[in-house]
Amino acid sequence: MAFEKSLAEELDTESHRPGAGQRLEFLKRNGVWGKRLFLSAVLAWFSFLVLFPVVEMILGAFRNGFVPFLTALQTPAARHAFWLTFWISVISVLVNTFFGLILALVLAQQDFRGKALVNGLVDLPLAVSPVVAGFMFIILFGKNGWLGHWFEQGGIQIVFAVPGMILATIFVSLPFVVREVVPVLKECGLEQEEAARTLGASRWHTFWRVTLPSIRWGLAYGITLTTARSLGEFGAVLVLSGSIIGSTQTATLHVHQEFNDFHFQGAFSASLVLAVVSFSLLIIMELLKKKQWMIGQGLRE
Amino acid sequence: MGIVIRNISKCFQAGKDGKEEFLAVDDVSFQVPKGHLVALLGPSGSGKSTILRIIAGLEEPDSGDIFLQEEDVTSRPAHERGIGFVFQHYALFKHMTVWKNIAFGLEVRRRPSKEIRERVERLLELVQLRGYEGRYPAQLSGGQRQRVALARALAPYPNVLLLDEPFGALDAKVRRNLASWLRRLHDEVRITSVFVTHDQEEAFEIADEIVLINRGKIEQIGIPNEIYDHPSSKFVASFIGHVNVLECHAKSGGIFFCHDGVMIPGMKSPGATGEVVLLIRPENVDVSFEHTSDRIPGHIMDIRYRGDRYEIDLEVEGLKVNMKKDKVYGENLNLALGQRVFVRFNRCSVFESEGGHAAIRAKLQSLGYIE
Repeated sequence: MAFEKSLAEELDTESHRPGAGQRLEFLKRNGVWGKRLFLSAVLAWFSFLVLFPVVEMILGAFRNGFVPFLTALQTPAARHAFWLTFWISVISVLVNTFFGLILALVLAQQDFRGKALVNGLVDLPLAVSPVVAGFMFIILFGKNGWLGHWFEQGGIQIVFAVPGMILATIFVSLPFVVREVVPVLKECGLEQEEAARTLGASRWHTFWRVTLPSIRWGLAYGITLTTARSLGEFGAVLVLSGSIIGSTQTATLHVHQEFNDFHFQGAFSASLVLAVVSFSLLIIMELLKKKQWMIGQGLRE
Repeated sequence: MGIVIRNISKCFQAGKDGKEEFLAVDDVSFQVPKGHLVALLGPSGSGKSTILRIIAGLEEPDSGDIFLQEEDVTSRPAHERGIGFVFQHYALFKHMTVWKNIAFGLEVRRRPSKEIRERVERLLELVQLRGYEGRYPAQLSGGQRQRVALARALAPYPNVLLLDEPFGALDAKVRRNLASWLRRLHDEVRITSVFVTHDQEEAFEIADEIVLINRGKIEQIGIPNEIYDHPSSKFVASFIGHVNVLECHAKSGGIFFCHDGVMIPGMKSPGATGEVVLLIRPENVDVSFEHTSDRIPGHIMDIRYRGDRYEIDLEVEGLKVNMKKDKVYGENLNLALGQRVFVRFNRCSVFESEGGHAAIRAKLQSLGYIE
């Protein structure tokens, strides 16, 4: 057909990225030995930092066999801690997904006065130490706090109770959905949405059928990061919880407590569970990143 | 009337703090008869795309009215206007197959699935993409993508089809093919259409009528021949292809080169006496080695080969005149630098200028028509 230009021809420019060639050139010049030295240095550093601690943790968890490992996880304190972590994470993820998505849409598609400021504030939770964040909430929601005073009258306790821990977790995990979704939205541009509008789709319809599908893997990636952060949060939650066993103790606080009490079996077991969950999330993240990349390139589902 | 737009204006906030204002569309009115294909032609930044987006409802005008099929749609949102829009960069839904893309407009209208199937198949046929329905946009070439975009826009039976630089992102050959194909398609479908382009050849090739836009204003409306032969302003003349601008003198019914008064043979002045400006297209200049009564002597100053044609600079009575000849003609003529030739202007437009050459030049400069 006269109209056709082969796909290969169009994609050809992609394979000639300048960086790839330069790197290859560098490796060639430094020879095989340089390459090996480089690799072993990286591996040694990686082992020291990641591999040894992980192995030690696994050995620690199963030092006395499989049964003690399970028993340690089935104490009321441990079970409650995981249960609490689960719920705090679920709520944080839901809230941050909803508001994160709205914030991302606003930041990516609208111009307004003070946009740069909002953009910067979104990253604040990454910059501020979680412990400091926790104290901010205590000042704000404590007995004599600005808002705490008001909640007190309504009979709702926030500080040293679960609501405060949820707030703290939401705060520290707030940036991830926004940060992952904004670039994807920007890359998609407004044209597809405009096209949907001219084809008769309402705003609502356009969002569900066009916007959301094109950002879904980026969004999922953001959600995964949010989940990982919520599960692992320690500092802010520690400050706000009061760490009451069987009440306001999350999984990370439980590990901390067990360790302080010299219950190493309990500490290792809970740590291992948290590590396994994190590792699974890591794998999911890698897969999602690939999927979003493929959507960006417009290749299959 | 298919489309009527009346006194449309649109101002954009520009600059860092949105303090500067930029008048993108300035009191524009025109209409498109039912079933016609009209081109909005103008240089980039002239506001032509903004006008199209205002008709579509993608942009809100500051003032003015828009009527589609005799209905006032000015305050109606884009999705209730019954239009089809084709974007320069296709704007296909990347996560949907060709089939899903085309069916989208029908699906959001909740048409029965049998009707959707038949319509999509019919359109695949129309844009010659049968067999490609399972592919994703990334697996298609540029030309194919634009045809999918066209099919998608046509699917929900729009009253009006709007195309924003539809072939702008394609290479020259594909673009030429698609343009003439669009013309044939329009003859078949007969839908009221407006397309925006900065490519005059494209506009002349496929439009029933051309609306020329410059700096947010309409310069001229007319059928292609009319605009080409009788440009209403110097801008139109210079935009529609390169043009020779000659400052001359009119007296006693004839036109003369002003400085020494040699008469241009075969030229009649429109009645004025005084300074006039002559606009002559390079392809309407002709040279010969024989001196006949309808020719003026001149010299060849420069010859440039441009692939499919020659561009030749001539000196005639102290003025520089540019000439274009196609390759074969140019080679047969066998011209050489410095050669003496006899020049004829086959066709030209005469412009009167009240305040003399300097005044009209200044006016044209202030309007941004010439540099």
